[in-house]
Amino acid sequence: MADQVLDAKGLNCPLPILKAKKALKDLPIGGTLQVLATDPGAVKDFEAFCRTTGNDLVESKSEGKLFEFLIKRRS
Amino acid sequence: MAGEVNTKRMSMIVTKGSLDWAYPPFILATTAAAMGLDVTMFFTFYGLTLLKKKLDLKISTLGNPAMEMPMFGMHIGMPNLVSAVPGVDAAATTMMKNLIKKKGVASIEELRTMAVEADVRMIACQMTMDLFEYSRDDMIDGPVLGGAATYIETATKSDINLFI
Repeated sequence: MADQVLDAKGLNCPLPILKAKKALKDLPIGGTLQVLATDPGAVKDFEAFCRTTGNDLVESKSEGKLFEFLIKRRS
Repeated sequence: MAGEVNTKRMSMIVTKGSLDWAYPPFILATTAAAMGLDVTMFFTFYGLTLLKKKLDLKISTLGNPAMEMPMFGMHIGMPNLVSAVPGVDAAATTMMKNLIKKKGVASIEELRTMAVEADVRMIACQMTMDLFEYSRDDMIDGPVLGGAATYIETATKSDINLFI
C-alpha cells in the first residue's frame, strides 16, 4: 500500500506530472506515491520524470483505460 | 533545487500571446521545473501579454491551415476567407476553451500560477513594455524587468534554450 494516493484521472499533460511532483515533495525520502491516471502519455512521461529526477518508478501498469504508477521518493 | 551544483538550466524566449501559443512555453516551463531544472522565461513582444494580471487570450483561425477543429463528428478547417467574418475568431476561441476543459487540459492561468509557485524566473522585456505602453501594475507580481543582455547572460549558462 502506498503512503499516498494521487488521483490524476481525467487530467491531461502535464498535470499528472506536476501534481505528482507536488505530492512527492510532501513525502519523506523513501515514501511511496501511487498515481492513478487516464492520460496514455503519462506512461512514457512518468518513466522520463523518474529517470531525470532520480526517483524510483517501482511499478507501472494499466488496466483498461486506467494507468497506475507507484513512485518511491529518492531525492 | 536552485543552487545545486549539477542543476540543469532551461531558458526560453516567449514571443507569442495567443491562447494556443501560450501553451508550449508554460507546459515546458512547469514540467522542467518539476523535473528539477532551473527555468527562465523571457517574455517579449506579444508574449508579454501572458504576464498581464487579467488574461483574455484568443485564438485566430487566420493563416493557420493546420487548424482543424473537431465539429459534428469530423474535423473542419477554417479557410482564411471565413476568418474574416466577424465573430468567427470569438467562436473558435470559445470552442477551444470548451475543448480544453472537456479534455482535462490545464488553463493558462493554472499553468502560470504553477510556474510562479515552482520559482520559474520570469523576465518581462523592458523595451516591449515601453513600446506597447504597458505599466508594471498591469502585470502579475514576480517577473523582473530586463532586456536582451539579461536574457543572453541566462542563455549562455543554460543547457536548453528555446524560442517560442
